[in-house]
Amino acid sequence: MLSRIRKLKAAGLLGLNQRNGDFILQYNHRRFYPLVDDKLLCKERMLRENLPVPALVGVIELMHQTSHINDVLGDVQEFVIKPARGSGGDGIMVISGRQGGYFIDSDGKMIEQDTLEHHLTNVIGGLYSLGGHSDSAMIESLVHFDPSFSKLTYHGVPDIRVIVYKGYPVMAMSRLPTRMSHGKANLHQGAIGVGIDLASGITTGGVSGNAAVSTHPDTGAPIEGFIVPGWEKILLMSAQCYEAVELGYLGVDIVLDRDLGPLILELNARPGLNIQLANRRGLRHRLEAVDQMGDTLEEPQVRSTWSSATFGEVYEPRPAQSL
Amino acid sequence: MKRNRQWVTLSVLLIVLGGLIFMYKVSRLGYPPMPDMETAAWSIQARLQLEPETGAVRASLKLPARPSGFTVAQENFVSRGFGLTLEEETLSRQADWAIRRLRDTKTIYYRALIIPDTRRRTFASRPPYPDIPQLEEPYATALKDIVAEVRSVSADTETFTAATLARLTGAEPDENVDLFLAEVGSSAERVRLAQTLLAGARIPTLSLHGIRLGDDTQRASFETLLAVFNGDDWLVFDPSNGQEGLPDDYFIWWTGDSEPVTVSGARLADLQITTRQHIKSTLELAQQRAELQNNRISLISVLQLPVQTQAVYEVLLLIPFGILVIVLMRNFVGFSSFGTFAPVLIALAFRETELVKGIVLFVIIVSLGLFFRFYLERLRLLLVPRLGAVVTIVVLLMTAISIISDQLGMETGLSVSLFPMVIISMVIERMSVVWEERGAFTAIKEGTGSLMMAALAFVCMSNDLLAYWVTVYPEINLVLLGVIIAIGRYTGFRLTELRRFKQLAADPPQAAS
Repeated sequence: MLSRIRKLKAAGLLGLNQRNGDFILQYNHRRFYPLVDDKLLCKERMLRENLPVPALVGVIELMHQTSHINDVLGDVQEFVIKPARGSGGDGIMVISGRQGGYFIDSDGKMIEQDTLEHHLTNVIGGLYSLGGHSDSAMIESLVHFDPSFSKLTYHGVPDIRVIVYKGYPVMAMSRLPTRMSHGKANLHQGAIGVGIDLASGITTGGVSGNAAVSTHPDTGAPIEGFIVPGWEKILLMSAQCYEAVELGYLGVDIVLDRDLGPLILELNARPGLNIQLANRRGLRHRLEAVDQMGDTLEEPQVRSTWSSATFGEVYEPRPAQSL
Repeated sequence: MKRNRQWVTLSVLLIVLGGLIFMYKVSRLGYPPMPDMETAAWSIQARLQLEPETGAVRASLKLPARPSGFTVAQENFVSRGFGLTLEEETLSRQADWAIRRLRDTKTIYYRALIIPDTRRRTFASRPPYPDIPQLEEPYATALKDIVAEVRSVSADTETFTAATLARLTGAEPDENVDLFLAEVGSSAERVRLAQTLLAGARIPTLSLHGIRLGDDTQRASFETLLAVFNGDDWLVFDPSNGQEGLPDDYFIWWTGDSEPVTVSGARLADLQITTRQHIKSTLELAQQRAELQNNRISLISVLQLPVQTQAVYEVLLLIPFGILVIVLMRNFVGFSSFGTFAPVLIALAFRETELVKGIVLFVIIVSLGLFFRFYLERLRLLLVPRLGAVVTIVVLLMTAISIISDQLGMETGLSVSLFPMVIISMVIERMSVVWEERGAFTAIKEGTGSLMMAALAFVCMSNDLLAYWVTVYPEINLVLLGVIIAIGRYTGFRLTELRRFKQLAADPPQAAS
């Protein structure tokens, strides 16, 4: 056991205790938390910084509004319901179409309006919110994910998670929804995490749960060597998020929209550690490298270039899959 | 990274403070570190029998004042008809009885409880140096010779006394000493002789009178020891064998040359000292002693509170131990549970039901509750009313279980009512959410995890030794606070992370960054 501890230390593994104690508690000030914990506030901030986000369809804050869901939706066919202060992807409902009085969810199941309304009351009641406080339901337009990802996902929308430390992107991965995760890009719920090389935007190995995987379990497509389109822009956007919310240790979730390009889906003040498994790399060495940079804040562009140059690895795409 | 090291100071400070109070109580106040420890205490009784002579009667008895190694508690005097006055000074005490007329033989009693004390106390103040005694010949010359001779074979007061006593006890016969010894009978006289000889060298001395406390004795006799002042301290010698040091069982009753009892107007027919040994709870004695000493530190304990309140505080003071278990399980091991400290509350409930029965009850209630919760889900109730419904159902379930188990003649069912139903309802609610969102497996896994943590916290909190410690030494919780604060800055790996990230250990990266 001791030798494993030594090896993990050498690999620069960041543990939960250290993430919390040395990074989140040190660099994420409480007063900025609402900016990421409340998805509505977050969206507002992003828009102020001219960062692209999915369009907001509407907000449901009061119980009686739930029965007027159709007025809020108008003729929007595809949308996502999110608890504004939810955590860990709980309570997110993806509707990919409407048929008659029914809604169709990401698994293709028909959902009654009654069920949808009940879900909304649960969200507003605070069932999914941090600490159980009452919440509001945010209705967002559905992202049409970039078809380049279609082989790598089962329903749902794959996203890209970038860890940004003091404004420097330090590690990235893509999260691919699976049948198990019900179309949600959440590793806890069964999505696959795939490491991404910071310099090239090429995917490396994958991880499902804690086990390494090389192909998508539902589509069978290999997940290695895939080039994420618009990688430079993604890195830059992530770096810019630091100016928007001022959290020193930040997880930026980005989706690739077919028409709109990369959009910032949400930010996370307590990003998980599985990204290290997906990348087969520990975070600590990279965080320390950023610490070496000193306290002067460079421009986002400078930061993302530095990160890509410093943390990028010479990675040979095996049979390079085209877009 | 900027680091704040204050927590180290705070944590160490708390641990040391708690430890010091604990040590002080154990070593200075004699609080027993283990429960059910017993110590011997003695009740002593002096019985004075007075036979009338003529006129007014006055009798006085020397009382124990500052016995080194013992404390006098609960004194009382039985002396009907006599006027009693106490003469109390720090180093000597005396009881004076007086009566105008004594018609017939009368008995006076003095009783006291003697409890052992950890403190050694001086029994006399710094004395003046005595003058060389003016003796007649041939004693004067003999004394001079003895002093000169002993001085030649000794280095200081201590060795001088030892050498003198060696001559007196006959270990080293000496003509000059024999001259003095010819007139010595009792041990008191021997001490007086030693004092005379030591005064020849201008060494201050004092005679100690006391009894040995051991088994029960019907008629204990006073034993006289010799105390010698070496300029700083009093050294005690046993004149009969020359041994140095105050024997542990020697209880100093009074000091100086006076008699224990002086009587005028009557005749002391009998003076009987009896001792009786009692085995008492060490804790009780320590408390009694601390009370006599008016010690503030002894107030740090819940033992002064009414018994019922004590029981409540015993539970309250144990909670931090349950919390520590949770903290360890979460931050060192890496387990998760429903609700941060819910397992502690469940563990508290187990105290009422015992572990196995508690776990069974918990599982029954949670499973039934989950069943109803899933049904409620279908009714599309709003969140708070639904939670309310779950709590109500839980209460009803508990009542039903109590009634059924009572009918079956089992007793545990009745104490189930103390199960924290709101906590259980929250567990049910959280579990059903996890069940829906993450699947039954995760829900059951986390539920079992919570239950395991509760069981562990219970095992820790139901430890009798721990329960004893927190009531007698509540300062232990200061140590615990220090430990918890220290764990709060533990940034190493969790045990489960070693498994979770084992791939990273398997293939170390080739020079990342």
